[in-house]
Amino acid sequence: MSIYLLRRLYQALIVFFVVTLIVFLILHISGDPVQLLMPSDATQKDVQELRQALGLDKPLPVQYGLFLKNALKGNLGISYHHGQPALKLVLDRLPATLELVSVSMLISLILAVPLGVLASSRRGKWLDRSCLMGSLVGISAPSFWIGIAFILIFAVELPWFPSSGRGTWAHLVLPAASLSLYRLALFFRLIRAGMLDIMTQDYIRTARSKGVSEKTVIYKHALKNTLIPFITIAGLQMGSLLAGSIVTERIFAWPGMGRLFLDSIGVMDYPVIIAWTLVVSTIFILINLIVDVIYMWLDPRIRYEK
Amino acid sequence: MKNNPVRVVDQVKMNRTDPERTYAPPVASFLGYRYIPAERQMLHSFLSDKWVLGASVMLFLMVCCAIFAHWIAPVDPIEQNLKESLMPPIWYARGTSPYYLGTDRLGRDVLSNIIYGLRISLTVGFLSVGLSLLIGLTLGLIAGYKRGYWETFIMRAVDVQLSLPLIMVAICFMVIFGQGLWKMIMVITITGWEVYARTVRGSVLSLREKEYVEAAEALGLDSGTIIIKYLLLNALTPILVLTAVQVPRVIMLEATLSFLGVGVPITIPSIGMAIARGYQVLFSGSWWPSMFPGLALMLLVGCINVIADWLRDALDPRSREEG
Repeated sequence: MSIYLLRRLYQALIVFFVVTLIVFLILHISGDPVQLLMPSDATQKDVQELRQALGLDKPLPVQYGLFLKNALKGNLGISYHHGQPALKLVLDRLPATLELVSVSMLISLILAVPLGVLASSRRGKWLDRSCLMGSLVGISAPSFWIGIAFILIFAVELPWFPSSGRGTWAHLVLPAASLSLYRLALFFRLIRAGMLDIMTQDYIRTARSKGVSEKTVIYKHALKNTLIPFITIAGLQMGSLLAGSIVTERIFAWPGMGRLFLDSIGVMDYPVIIAWTLVVSTIFILINLIVDVIYMWLDPRIRYEK
Repeated sequence: MKNNPVRVVDQVKMNRTDPERTYAPPVASFLGYRYIPAERQMLHSFLSDKWVLGASVMLFLMVCCAIFAHWIAPVDPIEQNLKESLMPPIWYARGTSPYYLGTDRLGRDVLSNIIYGLRISLTVGFLSVGLSLLIGLTLGLIAGYKRGYWETFIMRAVDVQLSLPLIMVAICFMVIFGQGLWKMIMVITITGWEVYARTVRGSVLSLREKEYVEAAEALGLDSGTIIIKYLLLNALTPILVLTAVQVPRVIMLEATLSFLGVGVPITIPSIGMAIARGYQVLFSGSWWPSMFPGLALMLLVGCINVIADWLRDALDPRSREEG
């Protein structure tokens, strides 16, 4: 088990280094930061000095080494636009994004799991059909369009909820709902398909023939086994939501780090772009790692194999 | 059970790959099941499913609209006409004739924008998926058949890409390269090849243990023939299913990138960008420039999803039971 864990950690580290390498290359391709930092009337000598101070006169691999060293210290440069450390700017906005992401994830899970179980146990009936239909709409509708439609219906036509900003619970309703719809549909389909698959297994037949009540069969035998592979997908979705929430943050003017990132693209504020990329990738890698460990802990087959 | 004629034929279906099959198929129906020859099963399940049939017709119409956009679209989608800005759809009192779904802030026709936008969505969708397929297939075959050093390298690259959020990678690349249709196709291709490589490698790994591959190797056939004739052809089913699932995802990704302003340039009419522009006038009471393009996109993606679901169920007998 510990060997598997070590291998997994090593893999996560490699991914992290690849990300830093890509990000470093973005920084390099994006042009000369000296031009952006210097006033237009700066002399050649000033430019040369700043170049040396930033280490830009050194060969590329050395520059990457310096970048990595600084990144590990949490120093990702100063935002051109805000004049503050880029990492701090992003981390200050992180709680808002986490709030949005976790609430929407919670909505998806709380609705999708019971609906999936119910639909699979009433296969082909009215509830199953309408849920399937709804899930088709859910996975086919672009989340940004859903957000705009929600604003139109629940903020403009019926002034129930505020359409932008953050603060009270009412502010959270529309963004979280529009962000959760796709995952709700996806999770519903996964749970339903997983339950239907597992209900054909031999151990379910055995349990039934023992006279175990249908409720126990569904919740104890089938649902538990459905949830094990589901956890991996849910974890991955949680991670990709961190990046995917930028669309929702833009529509609802949610002051999260995704919005900061988008604004930074507009003004070519590279330190912030890089800080966002590194923060999102790091959290994503960590979530992957945690999910794998949980999976390993739940499914003994992996533990003994590796 | 009785009403489902497809199911009983599962057993017969196995004979499909049996070259020795010379007996005539049983003609009579028994126990209330209708016999359908293996060759016609796909067609039958296609025709008997109203949803798939409807989705296919709809998709066909949309593809036609996209191809013949030049003749179908009522007006030029990028032609601005400030005198007729924010005209409502035709069923409103103020709506006028060529603008069936109204106009946006700069007086551009919403319907024409959708028709030309579908062209971009479909082009990006099919081209990127096709290119990803080509790259992923080649690398997956190499990794699965040649093994060794190449496999380690390719699969490590797959791992790295799978451990990063796709949308983040796509946005970052678009920020580096800048807007552009071909750039976007390239970026989406780069973000999509790894699923193919993984699937193809998985299939090849299990197929190369089969006796017929061993026999082919023992006969001294060259590896090109073995790869194409025995590995590739037998791995087609998962590849086809994956493609059907990937196309709607890619179309959605294109729309998202364009919505965020890092996709196609403003000179190309795209659905994502139309929604972004429509959003700017939402609070002034004009809902049509943002709602209609989104509905069209949803219809397109929905149709492909319905077909993809059907294809998966029809091709994979294991998942057929799942419904």
